[in-house]
Amino acid sequence: MTMIKRGFVALAAGALSTALAMPAFAEPVKFDFWFGLSGDLARVVDTMCKNFNASQTDYEVVCTSQGNYDATLQNTIAAFRAGKQPAIVQVYDVGTATMMLSGAYKPADKLMEENGYKIDYADYFPGIARYYATSKGEMLSFPFNSSTALMYWNKDAFAKIGKTEAPKTWEDVGADLKAMKDAGYECPMAINISANESWQLMEQFSAIHNQPIATKNNGYDGLDARLEVNKTKFVQYVTDLKKWYDAGLIKIKSKDLGQDMVQAFASGTCQVILTSVGDHGTVGRTQKEGMKWDVAELPVYAGTERKNSLVGGASLWVLSGKSDAEYKGAAAFLNFIHDPKTALFWSTNTGYIPVTKSGFDYMKGQGFYDKAPYKGRETAIASLTASEPTEITRGIRLGNFTQIRAEFGTQMQAIFANKVSVQEGLDTLVKNGDAILERFQQTYPGKTLP
Amino acid sequence: MEKRVTFSSWTIGILFAVPQLLLIFTFFYWPAGQAVYWSLTLQQPWGGGNIWVGLDNFRSILANADYWNSITASLVFAGISTGLAMFIALVLAALTDRQLAGSRLYRVVLIWPYGIAAPALALAFRFILAPEAGFLSVINRMWPGIWDPGLDGADAMASIIVAFSWKYVGYNFIFFMAAFQAIPRSLIEAAAMDGSGVIRRFWDIQFPLITPTIFFLLVINITESFQDSFGIVDIMTSGGPANSTNLMVYKIYSDGFKGLDYSGAAAQSIILMMLIIVLTIFQFRFIERRVHYG
Repeated sequence: MTMIKRGFVALAAGALSTALAMPAFAEPVKFDFWFGLSGDLARVVDTMCKNFNASQTDYEVVCTSQGNYDATLQNTIAAFRAGKQPAIVQVYDVGTATMMLSGAYKPADKLMEENGYKIDYADYFPGIARYYATSKGEMLSFPFNSSTALMYWNKDAFAKIGKTEAPKTWEDVGADLKAMKDAGYECPMAINISANESWQLMEQFSAIHNQPIATKNNGYDGLDARLEVNKTKFVQYVTDLKKWYDAGLIKIKSKDLGQDMVQAFASGTCQVILTSVGDHGTVGRTQKEGMKWDVAELPVYAGTERKNSLVGGASLWVLSGKSDAEYKGAAAFLNFIHDPKTALFWSTNTGYIPVTKSGFDYMKGQGFYDKAPYKGRETAIASLTASEPTEITRGIRLGNFTQIRAEFGTQMQAIFANKVSVQEGLDTLVKNGDAILERFQQTYPGKTLP
Repeated sequence: MEKRVTFSSWTIGILFAVPQLLLIFTFFYWPAGQAVYWSLTLQQPWGGGNIWVGLDNFRSILANADYWNSITASLVFAGISTGLAMFIALVLAALTDRQLAGSRLYRVVLIWPYGIAAPALALAFRFILAPEAGFLSVINRMWPGIWDPGLDGADAMASIIVAFSWKYVGYNFIFFMAAFQAIPRSLIEAAAMDGSGVIRRFWDIQFPLITPTIFFLLVINITESFQDSFGIVDIMTSGGPANSTNLMVYKIYSDGFKGLDYSGAAAQSIILMMLIIVLTIFQFRFIERRVHYG
């Protein structure tokens, strides 16, 4: 509807301007940007779009929320097949491999170069940049909303068991949860075991411990990569979580059950959660009056040399098949987003972190991280930059990863419901995940990742 | 007996049928044909290259344990929810058919549920059946963990069956009520005068006369339980926990749209279509024999 309407308006405007032959009143070039955020976050994106449109007169970005990441990708594919794709689209982290093989994009770095923008790619945090870059380091898409997982801990509850610091190892976590249970806390720690929690339970854990998720360096070296999480340290992690769950130290909290884990933490019901830094704002806004809490890096097993955690969130892809004028506008928009001032605006209004060193430095300089509601968010940067990315911690490059995440959720539920043992569940996850990877490989015969 | 309109030329008849035929072609035959073609190829989601693979998609689906699990779940769901929805509606219709005070009110109240859209209905039931905050939280407080649709597959299946049946009780009720109303009063009154009780009258007179309606509703309910369950599953359980409510129609959606496996989803939808055709043929051949068309 709106597309057609917009088309008519553009046509009418075009006809009018030719009729009057007054190029001075040329309409700004319009281009579409589709994104997957909704609610509060969608309003922030809308404001950002308005700011861009107000900053110059040549282009006008039309920003449309598609509701969520899945829907954004589905709608974009449908639009692309019909030749009506937007100029820029936000695609979630795990859609990267699928996008890279789609042949439906214009490399972002080429776009910027062609339009005369000099971007310093070394300025991006390496953990963020490498997730979205080719093996040769070319940036095909630009990181946009970035986050990483952190441990949120209730200081009051830890004070009760005589602790003033967050546990650094999983061994300590086990002991602390037990102590809190003994001190009368109903729910020492909350987790969720849906498909999406694959992100922090499996992906972040594996990165920090420098454990592979799949062969071929997590898929970076070829489409014939296969899962191997059934024989890494991840097995022990799931075993421990299950053990703590059985002992009543961990409760499962999800929206389906009435309260998700962020709400459970903010209300003081549960004392520890692992979730995205993106929830930092939500916890601050909705927390129980007077509750003292903080964030810390995710724990590691004793004796582990900590590596960088993975970036989460999404990046911006420029799609192929648009006009040069639209590409000019898209380049201007990406350049606008890249600006440290925009990074400050974005991070202030969401929980997301800046993606460039200059953005981070600018925000630090402005005193952002010293102020109360934002204090602690710099922990996310520390976690992302804990080490130079290794072959394994630079990211995950597996096709149809959404389906693999769904399989993760399914098997975790089977494990926690005592239908299968931890090892059986993870073996099935690998078996079914491999079938998904094989199918992806068959769909793109003879192709390799860029 | 029958009134028939006759047209002077057959072209007019065709002309009247054209809009309907066009709609059926556009919204059924054409997409169904497309699905058959897609099921025999591997489709790249963004378009471009499609690879002919013959029956490979069917082979890999039928070799997948998850798919068989989804067929079983669908059959369990169809059987229990159809049985429940029809039985309750039949009892309610039989009760309201009797000359009770206020039966008009009952009718309206019982018909309403069918007017509610599946997503709204599912959302309401999600709140009602939430283990910690909902209606059943009282039971959970007495016996912790006894009702846990988030982790217990049987509980999750029970919740979608309740939601689906609740909606179709209303639908079935309308038809049963009409069927009861069509039975001549004199038959029942005569039986009553001969001294037969309510139950006897129901089994010997009413039940045989409404078998055509029962058969019709059976076919419709089973078909709908395979297709109309999507919204309820999506909102209430998303196919979980551990695939226990991953009905065939929902698996098609999640593989096709979330997983971007268009070919696999197309093959699954062909299988689902075949299954419904087979079930319908079965019903017409074996159950319709017992139907008494007055």
